[in-house]
Amino acid sequence: MKLNVQELTFSYEKKKILDKLTFSIQDGEFVSLLGPSGCGKSTILKLLSGVLTPEAGKVTVDGQSIRDLSQEFSYMPQNDLLFPWKTILDNVCLYGRIHGSLDAVRQEAKKRFLKFGLSGYEDSYPSQLSGGMRQRAAFLRTSLCQADILLLDEPFGALDVITRGEMQDWLLEMRKNLSRTVLLVTHDMDEAIYLSDRILILSPSPARVTHELKLEETNRSREWLYCQSRLRKEIHGAIMANASL
Amino acid sequence: MKKYGSKLLPALLITAILLFWESAVSVLSIPLYVLPSPTQVIRALLEESATLALHASTTVLEALAGMGLSVILAVFLGLVMDCFPLMRRSIYPILVVTQTVPMIVMAPILIIYMGFGIAPKIFTVVLMCFFPIAVSFCDGLSQVDKDYVNLVRSYGAGPLLTYRLVKIPSAIPSLISGLKVAATYSISGAVVGEWIGAQKGLGYYILRVKNSYMLDRVFACVIVIIALSLCMNGLICLYQYHALPYLQKRR
Repeated sequence: MKLNVQELTFSYEKKKILDKLTFSIQDGEFVSLLGPSGCGKSTILKLLSGVLTPEAGKVTVDGQSIRDLSQEFSYMPQNDLLFPWKTILDNVCLYGRIHGSLDAVRQEAKKRFLKFGLSGYEDSYPSQLSGGMRQRAAFLRTSLCQADILLLDEPFGALDVITRGEMQDWLLEMRKNLSRTVLLVTHDMDEAIYLSDRILILSPSPARVTHELKLEETNRSREWLYCQSRLRKEIHGAIMANASL
Repeated sequence: MKKYGSKLLPALLITAILLFWESAVSVLSIPLYVLPSPTQVIRALLEESATLALHASTTVLEALAGMGLSVILAVFLGLVMDCFPLMRRSIYPILVVTQTVPMIVMAPILIIYMGFGIAPKIFTVVLMCFFPIAVSFCDGLSQVDKDYVNLVRSYGAGPLLTYRLVKIPSAIPSLISGLKVAATYSISGAVVGEWIGAQKGLGYYILRVKNSYMLDRVFACVIVIIALSLCMNGLICLYQYHALPYLQKRR
């Protein structure tokens, strides 16, 4: 599904966080938002998912205007936010529980447990899982939503370097099977390069897109990532140019 | 060794106190109506076990009924206060004020209004137990992580479902903390109610034996009250163990 964000504006406690932010994402595209801390990256996802309401602007999905909470988006926040009192299976079936399709979502979830590296942990509680497994469970919960656009807010931000790398490899592999439009918020340059079709670089608050990079490499690996110093330099240059604005 | 030491030390201290108490009563020839020895108390406990059990059953019944009512009222009021902040601002100070009124003053007034039956005793328990349950539940609801609420909202949950899926389950551990405090108060609450006017119950029994200067039986009754209060607390802990299994399971 094609996502269009037009002149999105939002203020918090009289401070303008977003000022006429405009960008679009093509159907099935994986786009990363990269920018300095506090520039409003997470706010964009909260506005799209309906957690926050914009002051002005328009969001359209396939030409249809979106207002308030929308079933087009599935939001994965920074923390895994698994309910500690529910088992992993019950946690990942949250969408089905809310929308009265629990049995169908349960069946689908059970099929995906192996692919998500969670097989055998269906009846465990989140406190019994490692950080990486919890993030995978949170991602499984997100992917089980009947939404075509996934909003991922620094999904691996709380993980250690090694687990983070493993999760990025895993997500890269998963991308092939996802066939969804993804908007990823991250502050990790390498994560954005490794996973995205396109990177949008945001200015400090109030955020707007100042730079855009297209990545066409189809055969990605860690070795490929290590050789992307030109891209890294370009992104760094764009961020530094924003900082001096 | 450290694990056993932490349990052994209090046991040793209690044994030492009991030995000192026993020998002090014996050596100083303290009469029974002033201070009975631990062995006299245990003897009274065994001799009076049937009578104590009979009175204890009344007290426990009143305590359980009062606890049940307190939980229903506290959960209802906690939800109302969380849903409507204006209600919270209006009701919360009144709740605090109710706790400053001494129960020994309230109990006779309740007897004037409700008579000498079981009702004023149950109401005394409610007055003592309601506050810790309501406050802990209300605080539990207000301290729910907003990110959880935002998550279920973004998934399309309405306010009722948000309470069912996130807010109430998140507040259950706080509610149980309040229940533990209330459970230990419940027996004392029933005893205070019986103390003022009753025909049965531990409060009535303790008043009767005190008036006869049978202090060994007074102390025996106090032991029963302590044991019952601990049992009530234990019941809540047992409930917590079974109802919240995730608290025991850690990686």
